[in-house]
Amino acid sequence: MKDHTLKLKLKVWRQASSKTLGRFVEYEASEVSTHSSFLEMIDQVNEGLIKKGEEPITFDHDCREGICGSCGFMINGEAHGPLKGTTVCQLHMRNFKDGETLTIEPWRAQAFPIIKDLMVDRSAFDRIIAKGGYISVDTGNAPDANSLPVPKPDADDAFMSAACIACGACVASCKNASAMLFVSAKVNHLSLLPQGGVERPERVHSMVAQMDAEGFGACTSTGSCSASCPKEISLSNIAKLNRELLFSALTRRQAPSGDGV
Amino acid sequence: MQSVDLNSVKSFRCPSNYFFTSVGKKLVMGISGLVWAGFVMGHMAGNMLMFISPGAYNSYGHALTSGGLIYVVETVLLTALSIHVFFAVWLTVDNRRARGSQGYALSQKGSKGASIASRTMAAQGSLILAFIIFHLITFKFGPVYETTVNGVQMRDLHRLMVEVFQQPGYFAWYVFCLVLLGVHLRHGISSIFQSLGVLNSNNQATFQKVGIVYAIVVSLGFLSQPISVFLSR
Repeated sequence: MKDHTLKLKLKVWRQASSKTLGRFVEYEASEVSTHSSFLEMIDQVNEGLIKKGEEPITFDHDCREGICGSCGFMINGEAHGPLKGTTVCQLHMRNFKDGETLTIEPWRAQAFPIIKDLMVDRSAFDRIIAKGGYISVDTGNAPDANSLPVPKPDADDAFMSAACIACGACVASCKNASAMLFVSAKVNHLSLLPQGGVERPERVHSMVAQMDAEGFGACTSTGSCSASCPKEISLSNIAKLNRELLFSALTRRQAPSGDGV
Repeated sequence: MQSVDLNSVKSFRCPSNYFFTSVGKKLVMGISGLVWAGFVMGHMAGNMLMFISPGAYNSYGHALTSGGLIYVVETVLLTALSIHVFFAVWLTVDNRRARGSQGYALSQKGSKGASIASRTMAAQGSLILAFIIFHLITFKFGPVYETTVNGVQMRDLHRLMVEVFQQPGYFAWYVFCLVLLGVHLRHGISSIFQSLGVLNSNNQATFQKVGIVYAIVVSLGFLSQPISVFLSR
């Protein structure tokens, strides 16, 4: 890889708060190392803005290792940019050409209101998780190895689903702003494992109900979510979610009144 | 220990409410669509009798419409279509609201983009609905010609069909709508398996192919009929 620098034109969405109107502002990013990540490129632009006494561009980020799910925005209409299976923090500037114009926008969805610039409020995801994206039954101490058999395909499937980092790219890229890929990944991750199986019917009901209440759209199987997913969560998870909810609707028992399941 | 909060989903408990979730609505779309997918295949195959003889075609039409079964079939089809359209409108309104009024400056392309067929199902469906209405006006409620096949008096649908498909305007409209039907089926058929939940990572590619093959068979089968009439003008 040749070591050289890029000069780019950025069109960045600037919005002071959820209550004000936003607009695109053009910036120039020069002396951008091809080795830097996309976020480091914005850091560089922000340093320039701070020096000039201007408000830096706000964006979410944390680990910058592609595992926390904090970062993410649209680059030229694509969630996390043009590369598949990558978060913006792991997207390197060598994937762009010198002199290119990059349009940078926040995730857009009714359920993800903009907080500031490229930062959106994804607490809708937290509220969905709070409705059953965990195991609350007592599973005892750590069992002896192999005393709790899990078929290999199930373990693999659960692991693939567990790779979801809840970044919101699926919602952002879906024409219906549907959260089905996220919810299906969470539901399948837990339902396939013995400990998660106990609350299986309730989990899918509660999480889907919350998903609908948050105002996410329905799935029309366009596949944009899976194509944009930095963890490449499979679209077949949504089919499994559909199956889970149908079985749950047919077989779920009435929960006794009071606390606990 | 905190448990899954069931109180928040009380209104959700009755099984009928399942069909009003975003997941359930898709199943309704799928099943009502499946009824029509089956119908268009049968309709296409039956109409192939026009290549045998006008008499065979007319006798087939006569057999279908005499007897009570036609009313049962029409009721099922009309119900399925009404449900399909109603839920399609409902879902489209919900989905547009979820997307919000502020769109993206640039749309997705390349490997992260979705196919045009999958993104324009609502527009395709609206045109197909218009086609179905015009198609019924043209044929079912169109001019009644009489003919006699093997001593039985019946409606000469073959003559009407030939007259219609020889007109360039009708011919072009039919070709356009039948291609559109193929596009709609291509995404619809594969999506039904997704909505029914029978799809998994192993059979995903197979069901995609099933959708493509089904759409091509129906669309090309239907297209062969107006094309052969138009070319033999």
